[in-house]
Amino acid sequence: MSVEPSNPDLTDAAEPGPAGTAASSSGTGEGRGPWSLALRRLSRNWSALFALAVFLFIVIACLAAPLWANQVAETGPNETHPLEKLHVDGEVREVVEPSGAPIGPQWLEAGGKFFLGADGHLGRDEMVRLLYGGRASLFIGVTAALITTILAVVLGLLAGYFGGKTDALISRVMDVIWAFPVVLLGISLGVVLAVGGLKIGPIHISGSSLWIPTIIIGVVYTPYMARPLRGEILALREKEFVEASVAQGAGPLRIMFSELLPNLLSTIIVFFTLNIANNMLLEATLSFLGAGVQPPNSSWGTMISEGFDSLYSHPILTIIPGTMILLTVLSVNIFGDGLRDALDPKSKVRFEARSGTVEPEGTAV
Amino acid sequence: MLRFILRRLVGMVFVLFAISVLVFLIFNVVPATNPAQRIAGKNATPQLVKSVEEDLGFDKSLPEQYLTQMKLIFTGELESYTTAHENVDERILEGIPATFSLCIGAAIIWLSFGILFGYLSAIRAGKLTDRALTVLSLVGISMPVFWLASIFLYYLTFKVELFPASGYVKLTEDPMEWANHLILPWVTLAVLFIGFYSRVLRSSMLDVMNEDYVRTAKAKGLNNRRVMTRHVLRNSLIPIITLFGLDFGAVLGGGAIVTESIFNIEGVGLYAAEAIAKQDFPPIMAITIFGAFFIVLFNAIVDIAYAYLDPRIRLGTSAA
Repeated sequence: MSVEPSNPDLTDAAEPGPAGTAASSSGTGEGRGPWSLALRRLSRNWSALFALAVFLFIVIACLAAPLWANQVAETGPNETHPLEKLHVDGEVREVVEPSGAPIGPQWLEAGGKFFLGADGHLGRDEMVRLLYGGRASLFIGVTAALITTILAVVLGLLAGYFGGKTDALISRVMDVIWAFPVVLLGISLGVVLAVGGLKIGPIHISGSSLWIPTIIIGVVYTPYMARPLRGEILALREKEFVEASVAQGAGPLRIMFSELLPNLLSTIIVFFTLNIANNMLLEATLSFLGAGVQPPNSSWGTMISEGFDSLYSHPILTIIPGTMILLTVLSVNIFGDGLRDALDPKSKVRFEARSGTVEPEGTAV
Repeated sequence: MLRFILRRLVGMVFVLFAISVLVFLIFNVVPATNPAQRIAGKNATPQLVKSVEEDLGFDKSLPEQYLTQMKLIFTGELESYTTAHENVDERILEGIPATFSLCIGAAIIWLSFGILFGYLSAIRAGKLTDRALTVLSLVGISMPVFWLASIFLYYLTFKVELFPASGYVKLTEDPMEWANHLILPWVTLAVLFIGFYSRVLRSSMLDVMNEDYVRTAKAKGLNNRRVMTRHVLRNSLIPIITLFGLDFGAVLGGGAIVTESIFNIEGVGLYAAEAIAKQDFPPIMAITIFGAFFIVLFNAIVDIAYAYLDPRIRLGTSAA
């Protein structure tokens, strides 16, 4: 599963590495370009592929949430059924007992209704909420990773390519954000923006929008990706192929995007993947504390936070969304690991741990 | 050396200043609503809003507001917006013993197990032990803290009453109960870091194993264990030390917020969680600065320790 540098057949296969051979990345020709090599390595890594399958299954299940809600459970994520009764095998079961206790998991006994039971005295269908909550969590995880990637690539390219004052300015700002406890920065922004929403020029995002936690998480993790990218660019800039490009009269934009960027792709892909996992954990933490996803939206984090009040009577309400987060994050992490081993067997990224890139400090404790 | 330390400390002051400005901006410029209106309540009369505005200085210019707020924080006079006469700094100070007890205990656990697992994983690279530990550490870093905490709480304090459910007992009152109440929180907090540290140490050790001096040591005929501990492990600990400095600073500065609030440990993190629930800005602001202080402090300590160990850094080759 993991590749150690001493493994002879892998180090051989790794020789060209995506970096420095951008021109041959089309994968045609002998079919032994770095990308196809990486793909081959990945396809031999069954645990990474299995993790990818699990992740895709979760994504598809969450995307199909309306299908389950309309066809099977016949309810919505926020529809309450406090007084409803289920008829199972001629037996009548109350969704919410007079004492206020919600019904437990019915599995398929009631035709899929209340598959995982109800979520509390309001009697909402836990399974439907789980699927819709997963949409929010996944949306935030992936979109925030995109935001981080775009910001980090732009900032990293600017700082690394231009150097000098641009670099000094960007790096200092990054240093300051770096010194923040990630969770506290996320919380501060989350609390402030949940109160009044966000106004950027003509755009107004309401405080309960999913975009608020998405943007916050995307911004908070930017330095953790921008810093190592900048470092790589600083090293790449001195390479001969950049010099050659300069000699051919290429301008800064062309050098940045068609010379430097392709050589960073493998790093970017790995970071992007692992970022999704971190983002989902941070989202859950923020939501758990009330500084993330705001009602009426719900995510796995908010579901845990709601379920936690009845941990001792209905542990399932806390444990199930938590397990979903664990499964999703774990599958992303395993796949990300496999991807890193495949794209970059010599593991440049791995040793960035010195600067805390893969797991920023204070991730979610 | 002294010059390096001085330079590093001056840098630290600048970073802290920048952080305080940023925190101030987050809480005073970013919100799209009028802070006085929020504090006075939805149905407040315009006069009331006006008087709140004047009392708290929201009508002044931003630099003036910044100075007032920082003065309040550093003279210990900052008060909560939502709870009358609640002194923020006092609450933070009250929380420190609990937070430190939690963090120091957890840090000992995560360092020892992180190093142990990473070491075992590296010397058995590719074997079953390594694979099992690799999976375990991945699970560790993928686990939401509150998930593990919920499982602990439900199964170990409720189903089987092994441990007390929550709360904090002062060390000075009853050391046994202090530890008993903290075991679950320690483990909860440590798990993420154990996973992470063992991964970092494993890859760092695998790297060092390929160094020439390791081959030389083996060629000299030193036994394998001695090479592993004296030569490989020692040199592989550098990234762990850096990480530890950062993580420990972050956790001390309120980063253990989830663990504290789940286990109801009356520390700085729990105070932060309460303030978040009430959307009470001053405590969050103060705790963020407090947390940043620890991160910056430990960052500086790590740098200085490095400079002490490695003269190249002192001479400025990689001080940036």
